[in-house]
This record gives sequence, structure tokens and C-alpha cells, in this order.
Amino acid sequence: MADVTLAVGNEAIAEAAIRAGCRYFFGYPITPQNELPEYMSKRLPEVGGVFVQAESEVAAINMVFGASAAGGRVMTSSSSPGVSLKQEGISYMVGAELPCVIVNMMRAGPGLGGIQPAQSDYYQATRGGGHGDYRCLVYAPASVQEMVDLTGLSFQKADEYRNPVIILGDGMLGQMMEPVQFPEMVQGPFPEKPWATTGRKGGPQRVVTSINLQPDELYQHNLKLQAKYDDMKNRETRSEVWGPRDAEIYVVAYGTMARICQAAVGRAREEGIPCGLVRPITLWPFPDKILEGLPCARAFLAVEMSMGQMVDDVRLAVCGKAPVHFFGRAGGVVPKPGEILEEIRKVARSLEGGGLDG
Amino acid sequence: MDKVFSRPRSIKDTLMHYCPGCTHGIVHRLIAEAVEDMGLEDTTIGIAPVGCAVFAYNYLDFDFIQAAHGRAPAVATGVKRVLPEHTVFTYQGDGDLAAIGTAEIVHAAMRGENITVIFVNNAIYGMTGGQMAPTTLVGQRSTTCQKGREAKVSGYPIRVSEMLSQLDGACYIERVACDTPAHVRAAGKAIRKAFSAQVEERGFSMVEVVATCSTNWGMNPQEALVWLKENMLPAYPLGVYKSWKDAGS
Repeated sequence: MADVTLAVGNEAIAEAAIRAGCRYFFGYPITPQNELPEYMSKRLPEVGGVFVQAESEVAAINMVFGASAAGGRVMTSSSSPGVSLKQEGISYMVGAELPCVIVNMMRAGPGLGGIQPAQSDYYQATRGGGHGDYRCLVYAPASVQEMVDLTGLSFQKADEYRNPVIILGDGMLGQMMEPVQFPEMVQGPFPEKPWATTGRKGGPQRVVTSINLQPDELYQHNLKLQAKYDDMKNRETRSEVWGPRDAEIYVVAYGTMARICQAAVGRAREEGIPCGLVRPITLWPFPDKILEGLPCARAFLAVEMSMGQMVDDVRLAVCGKAPVHFFGRAGGVVPKPGEILEEIRKVARSLEGGGLDG
Repeated sequence: MDKVFSRPRSIKDTLMHYCPGCTHGIVHRLIAEAVEDMGLEDTTIGIAPVGCAVFAYNYLDFDFIQAAHGRAPAVATGVKRVLPEHTVFTYQGDGDLAAIGTAEIVHAAMRGENITVIFVNNAIYGMTGGQMAPTTLVGQRSTTCQKGREAKVSGYPIRVSEMLSQLDGACYIERVACDTPAHVRAAGKAIRKAFSAQVEERGFSMVEVVATCSTNWGMNPQEALVWLKENMLPAYPLGVYKSWKDAGS
């Protein structure tokens, strides 16, 4: 490990990607993630890589498609409206089983929305987003260091599963400056890509495609993809539980929101409310088993910078065994610890008479 | 007896799905011949479009990538940036290139992306069943302009070769046709020249092939060739629109 340095989130991801072996970046400017492509435009040529500013997000993701098909370790980044435009290409990449890393530094929507942080692309990221029936691994870092760590992991997992991996941050994480340790530059060897279209070189033809007009064959392809997603569910789920395991109320939050909730949960505990925090690190697959396995949990409170999206996954995980409450703000409004504490108190009061003395 | 004519090695020995009289087969053959003659078979990567030629890789024995509608030039850009020593070409129809993929083709040419585009212009959407394309002639009938294309409603045909030849990044643009043996020979020559432009790293090259779609034009193959000559060639004049000698490079 190198020394600790101060880094801005967006730039930290870019540097981490380069150290993970990424040599190709295609993107289109959009606030609040511009520091990432700007950094790449300077740094990639220094390490023999390629940066291209595309004419649109649509073109950018299709450049990623081509670079990945040709065997390159490749990345793109954008923010919410731009990621909407990339959805076509993401669906094609999943269909053609092409690895890549896609960063979404979410901003408020819908439409052009605003440029302040939000978490309202959760459905889009975790439900496929584009057309077809597919999933991507979705990582939700909560600090600059974790963005660095998950970027390296994302490239590994993209290759391992031959699938796009999404890093879902938000404008606040992207702009945040924190101390960080970067890993050493990875020199390879990287996994072989016997499927990549690198020219026949006397061997058999290789074809990268997502079309299959035979329903039975396409169904088999979908079953194969589904098996891959099942594998991800079994092996890739990550989360963090903050606080003791005997809490009765669990706040569930990810990314920036989880850090703010941490402060609120700490204050609630000081007030004697038996409260904890579950932080999903993978949003897909969602860490539902963690929620099922909390022995004393009597109520959950999902807190999001959206009007309620992840809360659906919390409800599915809890499966009616405990009440699931929701608190959210949208439009770029970031909930404050005091507001969340008040929500925790409300949940505690709702449990009064059932053993809680909050 | 000496064998004087045979199938190029890079054309697979298989039945094509194209309609009888379709000129995709001719264009495929010209590409195979050019790539073979230049010794590029093992280092050429094709980008197949959406539309009738979506399965081009079933006939052309190179590495192939199938792109989303209109995105072939962006996909080719990604490939070429990873494999700059390889020969990368897109194969695109007029709906693909001149409608949904207008941005991608203009910007690939603008960047001087060192790729070759084979643009097959038959003035109609083929695979989706004969709808109006940006290249459909004024007055020409299609399933979405059943009384003939009206300029007031749908605008005018896009002349892609003329348009792209204005861009500094384009080094070679030629429009050819495949209606007569002489035109087919000239088309083959143009495709070779376009690939050689790429091998010499001169920038973006494109050959527009004026082609037929007898099925969706509602004609037999021979009528279609006559219609091409009488209607399309006046609207889409053949010739070299740009060559690197005058590209200022």
C-alpha cells in the first residue's frame, strides 16, 4: 500500500481504475462527475491508454462495447440523465456477455432534474434498467476509500462474470475529498478472453452478438444468464452492520445516506433507543439474508435520497415479519441527522408497549 | 481445365438468407475479395448492423461484432482504439447509418477514425418491411409514405457521401453502384481503396454502394436494377467525393 493521500471521489475512482488495469475510457461530460473523465483524459495517455470524449452517452457506451469486445479493460462514467442514455448499450453488453465498469454519480431527477446528489436511480441500476431481462452487479460505496477498493473489485468481477458492473455513487461522494490509500498498479496477467474479437489469426471466427432469433436458443441463453445471476446472489452479496446485533430497530441506508444515518443512529443509541444500521454494499444482489438474520429486529427504517426505491427490497427481505418504515427526500435535498433521528424516535414510539422503552 | 472463377475463401459455403435479387451478396463478395487480396483476413474485424445484414458474420469469415442500430461507428471506434493495427470496417444500411446512427457516423468521420464504412443505400428499410428511409426518394412509395414521399411532410433525401466529404477527418469517400458488371468492378476497386486508406492510417474512409431492394420496392430483380439506374443514380451521382490527395493531409 502506498502512502495516504487526499483525493476527490471522482478522481479517486479514475486513479483506482487505472491501477486496476483499465486502459480505455469513453465518456461524455455531465455534472457532477466531470472530474472523472477529466482525470482520465490526462492520466490514461501517460500509461499508454486511450481516452475518447464521445459525441453522446449513447456513443460512449457503444465505444465501451467495441473496446470490450476487442478484449480491452474498459470503463465509462456518467450521471443520472446520461446513464439513462447508456441503458441501450448496457442491455446489449449484458446480452453479448461483455465486461465493463460503469460509474453513475447520481443526481436529482426525473428529467434534467438538478445537479445535487440523489439516490433515485436505484430501480434503474438494480432492475436492469435497459430492455430485456437482466441484472448487473451494483456496488454502493460510502467513502472515497471504498470507492477505490470497489473500483478494483468491479474490474475483477466484470471479467469473472463477463457482465457490466455498476458503481452507484452520488454527487456528494463524487465531490467529497477524503484521505485514501491507493493499491499498487496491477500489471496483470488478466484473465484470458478467448471470446474476444481480436482477429482470427488463422483460428476459427469469433463473433460477439446479442441477437438470436430462435426462441428456444434465446431462452437457453437467458437461462445461462440467470444461472450467472444466481451465482452472483450466492457469492457476491456484501453489506455492513453497524452497531450491536441485539438492536430492535434497524435503519437501512446505502452510500452517502448511510454515513448520515450513522450519526443519527449514534444519537438514538445515546437516547437509549436500541438501534442499529444495515448498510448494503451490493445493491444488487441485495443483502436480504442479513436483514433476515438480525435476531432482535422488530422494525426497520429505510432512509434514502429518493421517494422510496430500496425500501421495496427491504420489504421483500423482511417479508412481513416486521414493520418497514420509510423516510426519504428527493430533488437533491439531503436528509439531516436530526430529521432521521426524529424518524427513529417515531419508529421507537410505534413499538412502545411491546417491550421498547424508547 | 484451369479454374478461372471461384468463391472467395472468406465467403462461407452456406445458403444466404437474403431475398432473391438482393445485392447484399454482391457487396459481401466484394469485401471478401478485397480483404483476401490485401492479405487482411486474419486481422480484419467487421461490425454488423441491424437490418438485413445483421447476420453478415454467417457469410463473411472474419471476426465480427453485431452492433445496436446505428451504433456501428461507435463500436468500431472502441475496437480500433484497442486494436489500432487491425482493419476494422462497419457494414451499414441507410436506415442504420443515415437515420438512427447519424450522430455516430458524422462524429466517427469528424474524428478521422481510422476505420472503413461500407454503406449500402437502397433507399428503404428492408428488414422491418419497407418503411421510408432518410434516403427514400421524393415521390418513392414505402409502407410509411404510401402515396410517395412528400418533401413537405418528410423532408428530402440525405446525400451521405456529399455530407461526409465536407468533414476534415474523412480521407476517402466514393459512391458506387452494383447494378451492372462495370459498376460492380468499380465498386470492388473503391472498397479496396478504402481499405488501403485504413492500412495507410489516413483516417475515415467510406464507400456508399447504391443498391436494390426488389422485395420492398415491389419489383422483380431485373426491374429493380432498371429502377436503380433510372431513379437512384440521378439522385445519388456516382463518383469519388473525397480522396486523401485533396484531404490536405
